[in-house]
Amino acid sequence: LFGRLADVAGWRERTIAPTLQSLSALKARLAEDDPRLGDALCGKGVRAALDKAIVVGDALLEGVAEVAFMPPMSGG
Amino acid sequence: MDVRLQAEPFEPGALLSAFCAGRAETGAVVSFTGIARAETGAVTFLELEAYPGFTDAEIARIARAAAERFGVNDILIVHRIGKIAPSEAIVFVATASAHRRAAFEAADHLMDYLKSRAPFWKKEHGPDGARWIEPTEQDLADAARWG
Repeated sequence: LFGRLADVAGWRERTIAPTLQSLSALKARLAEDDPRLGDALCGKGVRAALDKAIVVGDALLEGVAEVAFMPPMSGG
Repeated sequence: MDVRLQAEPFEPGALLSAFCAGRAETGAVVSFTGIARAETGAVTFLELEAYPGFTDAEIARIARAAAERFGVNDILIVHRIGKIAPSEAIVFVATASAHRRAAFEAADHLMDYLKSRAPFWKKEHGPDGARWIEPTEQDLADAARWG
């Protein structure tokens, strides 16, 4: 989790057992554990990257080691 | 071409000297240094977060595209991450080309990209607490100039 998403969740990085099949299932799981984070992940401009590649929409997590959720980028 | 993200402060003059050294076919070097502002005491420090392996790759991709678009033969981008105090340099961009116009335009374009769309998350810490910063309307308008 980056930026304000990490502030909302109170954590930055977490290891999750690789049983979830898709990005949408992962988001649903995170939302179940923490509804505020769930809302934040659905916020405007939040993007996901699988192993450092941006994905649009849903995606399968098979073979993916790292999922990143990124709020709108601020520039430097 | 070189893109560096670093937590340590850097000295822009030293970067520029090193970048200029040993260039027989470069007629022009343009550099830009961005410095963290105190905003008359409203900012005690900035905190800049990057995604290592993603942020640097994305900046390198834009730099390669700029090199091709403007016809520059070398680019150096150094960007601070982590905590940055007012008056410290936060970003350094240098471009090298055979003639000056390409170097000016590439540096201008790269700074507009870095200020508006580069994958950083910026937090301003001040006496009244901290807040996340998003690009200003001016930053977005500057970036839109390049199509």
